[in-house]
Amino acid sequence: MTETHSDLIAAEDVLLFVNAAVTATGQREFRSSAGEQRLSLAFLHEYVRVNYRPVYAAALALDINDHNAALIVEQLLRTPKEAGEREGRLIAARLALMPPQRVYRLFRALRAARVNNRRTRAIIRDWLAARAEREGLALDAVKYRPGLKAAARHVHQRFADPECGDFLFTPGRRVRYEHPYLDAYRRARYEQGALYELPFTVAEGFAARHGIPRERFLERIAPRMTRLERLRTERASDLTVMPLTRLALYVLSLPFGERVARRAELTGALRAAAGRVAGPYAGTWGRVAAVLDDSYSASGSAVKRRRPLAVALGCHFLLEALAAPGAYAAHWTSGGADPLLVRPWGPTPLGTRILDALEGPAAPDRLVIVSDGWDNAPPGLAGEVLRVWRTRLDPERRTSAVHVNPVYDAAGFDVRRLAPSVPTAGIRDAEDLAALVEIAQFAEGRTGLAQLRAYLDRRVELFLKGASR
Amino acid sequence: MTRIDLTGLEVRPAQVWGGVRLVPLVRPEPVEGLRLHREVYGNAGSVDLGDRTTYTSYIPHGFVADWSGKGAEGAAYGTRLGDGEPRAVPVRRHHRLAKRRNGEKRLRFLPLHLALEGYLALHFGGPSVVWDEWSQQAVRQGLSPRAEAAYAGWSVPGLSEALRVFEIHPGQCGLMLYVADALAAAFVVPHPRDYRVLHPTLIEDLYGELVHQYAFYGAPVPEFTARIRDEAGSVRTLADLRAAARAQERAWAEAHDGLMARDLLDTSYAFERVYRMDSYDLYRFLPPFHRGGEEQHIGELIADHKGRTLYLKTFRLSENQIRRGHLLRRLADCDWHLEQTAEALGTTYAEVVRRVTAAGFGSLLNAHVIAQRLRETQES
Repeated sequence: MTETHSDLIAAEDVLLFVNAAVTATGQREFRSSAGEQRLSLAFLHEYVRVNYRPVYAAALALDINDHNAALIVEQLLRTPKEAGEREGRLIAARLALMPPQRVYRLFRALRAARVNNRRTRAIIRDWLAARAEREGLALDAVKYRPGLKAAARHVHQRFADPECGDFLFTPGRRVRYEHPYLDAYRRARYEQGALYELPFTVAEGFAARHGIPRERFLERIAPRMTRLERLRTERASDLTVMPLTRLALYVLSLPFGERVARRAELTGALRAAAGRVAGPYAGTWGRVAAVLDDSYSASGSAVKRRRPLAVALGCHFLLEALAAPGAYAAHWTSGGADPLLVRPWGPTPLGTRILDALEGPAAPDRLVIVSDGWDNAPPGLAGEVLRVWRTRLDPERRTSAVHVNPVYDAAGFDVRRLAPSVPTAGIRDAEDLAALVEIAQFAEGRTGLAQLRAYLDRRVELFLKGASR
Repeated sequence: MTRIDLTGLEVRPAQVWGGVRLVPLVRPEPVEGLRLHREVYGNAGSVDLGDRTTYTSYIPHGFVADWSGKGAEGAAYGTRLGDGEPRAVPVRRHHRLAKRRNGEKRLRFLPLHLALEGYLALHFGGPSVVWDEWSQQAVRQGLSPRAEAAYAGWSVPGLSEALRVFEIHPGQCGLMLYVADALAAAFVVPHPRDYRVLHPTLIEDLYGELVHQYAFYGAPVPEFTARIRDEAGSVRTLADLRAAARAQERAWAEAHDGLMARDLLDTSYAFERVYRMDSYDLYRFLPPFHRGGEEQHIGELIADHKGRTLYLKTFRLSENQIRRGHLLRRLADCDWHLEQTAEALGTTYAEVVRRVTAAGFGSLLNAHVIAQRLRETQES
């Protein structure tokens, strides 16, 4: 099959969009503001939706972040005329995976935009029905009250459970509710004890209203907290069940002294999480060399605090698990050797570190670079080193190199690349590393649009099968 | 001492953000024995010059030089006040520009004000010989008022963002700041820890109008990206590649010193010692005020007995300021005699008068005498 020029451009556009949809969250990054991020992302979404509608919908099946998934759903529902097949199923399957607060926010956005076509109503109804079936709508009525209310209004929903309807729309009608959550919510206004029967975030508001000291409140509400809420309020939580990137973020939030004191525990938890992610692939990657960016720019921004560094730390432990035993070498840009004590500081001499990684005792089978793509000591050296190495020293590709980038570059509509000869993929969670390496091979330009389409179709197939089960 | 000597400081690759280029200066081994601290003031300050004149200026912070030798002490943020004065007083009076604190081994000085003071005081005493051409006001009160406009760092477009995203090198003791690839300021401190604390003060410093204009109208500057030449056979092993990468770093340092910072490092300055503390000297320097289009800086500097620069801060003069300085120099050289000055400058009497007026000193000339002199020269 012959590849035309436009096919190559299409493949590039698609990969560009996938990279953006994985990394960008419309929040402030180290080098670009939230406004720039939103503007850049809005353009990209519209561009891809208009030009590659089927691919745009298929992106819902990939490991893109929830912010972009919500944006895609909103865009698809706003333009029902061009809708293709499978779109509805893809949307429904993705909504089922998303956290409810995001879905409610999406529904509110649809309501604000006055998108109320038949398909939108069907999708919202189905989602609400599925949610009611799973745990009843009482929890949502208490926890996401405005969201549920807006969604129900938008689709003219009648609640199967009349209590819920009354709770939301005519709160004065009933003197008491049968459902424990609804009743606890009613009582919590007058009675301090009742608020401990509510979910944590709802109880927090009531506690503030009653003026309950924070310490005592946290003490008593502890059994009602979710895993993440417990970690956030620094209550002891079982670290061994945390996902890898979350755990890395938690470790980086601790002061150095505590990290040293709890070294065994933290390292063990990180290793366990990485081992879970690696699963059957553990130990199969052969000799692996990693270049990990812990320069000052890895500190992220106030809203994404230390996110790039946490991704690098997560990747460190994941790669250690994936590599053959004892055949893993990490090279932090700062020159540090202790992964538990990393901090975002100093310049980014990526070029020198890549040379260090390639030199090692034996040439590595895989070279993985985790960096935001800003290389400044000196600028552009990483790209040059990779280019010369690829063309002059390793043209037979004994070592496969890949660059994963946790930061979306608003000005370039993509993540920043180091060199054309090294594929770059956006990354949000270290857990996705293995899947991204697969996607990254398309970015090298050696496989064309046909393969990319086939790959996407396969992913969509798997995704829909997983959802229908 | 006629030149700025930056031995002991190594240049590292520049970091570019928009039109601002920041070149880090790294000291392989920090200088012990002299530390700088930051002292925080309110918004504006009024400086007492000692001869019953004061001038008021924006002074966001001052520096405290400490040569007590207790080098282990970390640089502290605004804790060296000691006198318990209130902080948010809008206008404060500072007695003298460099002042020894309470008999301690500390010296308080306001960044760049020594230099500005040196520039403003340049022959501002007025004519030394009472030629007829000068008005009574000039003879009695000198060239007053002494005022120069400057911009605070945060009003220079793009500078705050560039300083925020800048990645400080380990061991970094200084910074050269280029705006639209013109050297805007150089800043050097003795110790890397001082630098880390004082880095944010760059945003509060004074910058000349030239810097502001360049930042405002200048386009983003290109990054000097590394280029490795790999013609057939020149790179065979990883060691070759590493050597080529090293060469790139060296090439940048040479290009910087020889090209970008040349005017600052090669010009000979007039140094004046303002203060001596143990083996350290605090100088201010003035440029030669050449009118050849090269850049001219005023600034201040602390050097140790070996002549190494421990502290440096420069202020770039605009074309207008250079012209004014040049004119005053020439006038002073010729004892403020207008005809001799015209001869020395190779121009006419009328032209010198025009220049003096254009420099903003018109009110200091006696209009009647000038008109009469001009008529005489035309008639003859």
